[in-house]
Amino acid sequence: MKADPASPAGSADTLSQQRPLGDRGFQLLALASGLLVLVILVLIAVTTSQQAASWFSTEGLKIFTNNWDPATNHFGALSFIYGTALTALIAVIIAVPVSVGIALLLTQVVPYRWSRPIVYVVDLLAVVPSVVWGLWGILVFAPWIQHIYASIASGVGGIPVLGALFGPPTSGPSFFTAGIILAFMITPIVTSLSREVIATVPQIDKEGAYALGATRWEMITGAVWPHSQGGVVGAVLLGLGRAMGETIAAALVIGSASNVITTHLFVPGYNMPAVIANQFGEASGVFRSALMGLGVLLFVFTIIINVLARGIVERSARRKRGA
Amino acid sequence: MRLRYRKQAAAAGVAVVALTLALGACSSSSSSSAPSGGSSGSSSPAGGSTANLSGTLNGSGSSFQLSFQQAAIQAFKSVQSGMTVNYGGGGSGKGRTDLAAGTVNFAGSDSPIPDKEKANFNGKTVLYFPVVIGPITLSYNLSGVSNLKLDPTVIADIFDGKITTWNDPAIKAINSGASLPSTAIKLAVRSDSSGTTANFSNFLVEGAGSAWTLGTSSTINWPKTAQAGNGNGGVAQIVKSTPGAIGYVDYADAKASSLTFASVKNQAGSYIAPSIDSATAACQNATVKPDLTFSCIWTPGAQSYPITYQSWDLVYQSQSSTNTAAMLKAYIGYLIGDGQKLLPTLNYAPLPSNIQQQAQAQLSKIGS
Repeated sequence: MKADPASPAGSADTLSQQRPLGDRGFQLLALASGLLVLVILVLIAVTTSQQAASWFSTEGLKIFTNNWDPATNHFGALSFIYGTALTALIAVIIAVPVSVGIALLLTQVVPYRWSRPIVYVVDLLAVVPSVVWGLWGILVFAPWIQHIYASIASGVGGIPVLGALFGPPTSGPSFFTAGIILAFMITPIVTSLSREVIATVPQIDKEGAYALGATRWEMITGAVWPHSQGGVVGAVLLGLGRAMGETIAAALVIGSASNVITTHLFVPGYNMPAVIANQFGEASGVFRSALMGLGVLLFVFTIIINVLARGIVERSARRKRGA
Repeated sequence: MRLRYRKQAAAAGVAVVALTLALGACSSSSSSSAPSGGSSGSSSPAGGSTANLSGTLNGSGSSFQLSFQQAAIQAFKSVQSGMTVNYGGGGSGKGRTDLAAGTVNFAGSDSPIPDKEKANFNGKTVLYFPVVIGPITLSYNLSGVSNLKLDPTVIADIFDGKITTWNDPAIKAINSGASLPSTAIKLAVRSDSSGTTANFSNFLVEGAGSAWTLGTSSTINWPKTAQAGNGNGGVAQIVKSTPGAIGYVDYADAKASSLTFASVKNQAGSYIAPSIDSATAACQNATVKPDLTFSCIWTPGAQSYPITYQSWDLVYQSQSSTNTAAMLKAYIGYLIGDGQKLLPTLNYAPLPSNIQQQAQAQLSKIGS
């Protein structure tokens, strides 16, 4: 009956008999903490939905129209949903090749001694506060890049597809600038997650590829990528989720123009977190409820993306472990 | 074995006790509503400027009032050293919400409580104390043109995108002496919602009538070509750095950025430049309702600057404690009395004497 000192305190026969007070107390504390997190999440969802209820009931399906005009009490948020998707997409398209490239570089190419300082520097990007990114973006980056936009636009003006994307008019604060700043902000996360996943590829597979005469690139595509693709996709989705929710940086550099749905990337626009941050101060009544509703929508989208990401990472990790 | 279990039990117990204390502290601080002030204060029934009051007053709301409140709070310390006043800013909407929820003692608001918010106040009477007025300038960046004149219809057409170049015939017609270039007009507007936008658009509704189609609100859908800046400072920066730009900026921020601003035609037909005197003149001619709400936008009077706006401090007529009532009378009395002397140095305009007297008379209504 007495527990064997060498076996852990949670061994089966001890558990079934009188449980020591410390164990029970700890289990309760851990359970309470876990439940607390769940409760808080549910409470946030419920209370914000309550605040948003009057917007949903007043506008109904018109919340998906492109007409946001507080002066005339119209609150159709389509342009903000579009802006959120567009800026997040631009951020991911710019950040993912860079991040996966850095991850591959650090794990496959660079000797271990040099990889640690590079990892350190990349992680420093994550330390920069969002508001500092926004201030740098609006005061330094946007004025500098608007000349580049102007020259690109004058160059591609007439060409069919490129002109629609990169043609005039142009502006420093714009969808594209917001996308670039967001790309800077999500690079550290995607890099570090990809690096961890790629580093778990079994050495034996890589050596096998080399033994068969593969070049380094063929080894990467043939041995590394099949193992790590799930994890990297998961990392990309997590980066996407973060890019969708970044508020202050986007609010400062996106240009603050409502009701803009266009293929032109160099024009000022708006996205959901930015409009909430900018317009909440003086909002009241249905206007405030509409902004809360945008928050609920954003909450739902980012939860979906994060759950998807975790699912993909888990499934690929399980597959890797099983294999 | 007993020793090992005792240690685990002690560790778990300490953790549970710490968690309980933390939760208890959080819940007790959230259950307290507006601070009711210190218990050691003595309040004189005459609204004591001589009595020594002590305690804390909390306010929030209009950012238009923010620099005035900050200066007044500092100066007020020498009048009542035992009192602490905090003003949190955050926008008029937030101020009114906080007052309705009871988390502040007074709220700064650039507009009277809108009808849809009245229900939040549960029928309690709210007193309006006007505290500060100020002009909104039309600041522009056009080299060689220093005395631009504008009238409401032209301003409306500029800001909804109908007039796109500086040498447009409509602008030339009222500025016969100036040489206007063919530069494109670049609009500078607010990206965040603001009382300044609400009052500027209100001026356009009143002064330009049907020529202005975008309505009035703290957020307006400006033309797509407009550049948006954050706060009055952001708009000032856009105007300052963009040749050909025109934007609406608070007088205080326009002076701080050394911007050039236009003279605007008022209801009497004169072109008046924004200044402290023309703002006070505008409010002198405003129609003041019995509850002390009024609008200085587009008022009659030859010297009135037509884009002048005002801000009030809102307090409940009946306070929960005599000490809070006394503190509010002291602080608000200061704001509308001696504190008005601080305004010109901050580039705001003091209340005209008729409004100031009515506000001072209303002070005695704050009771408990």
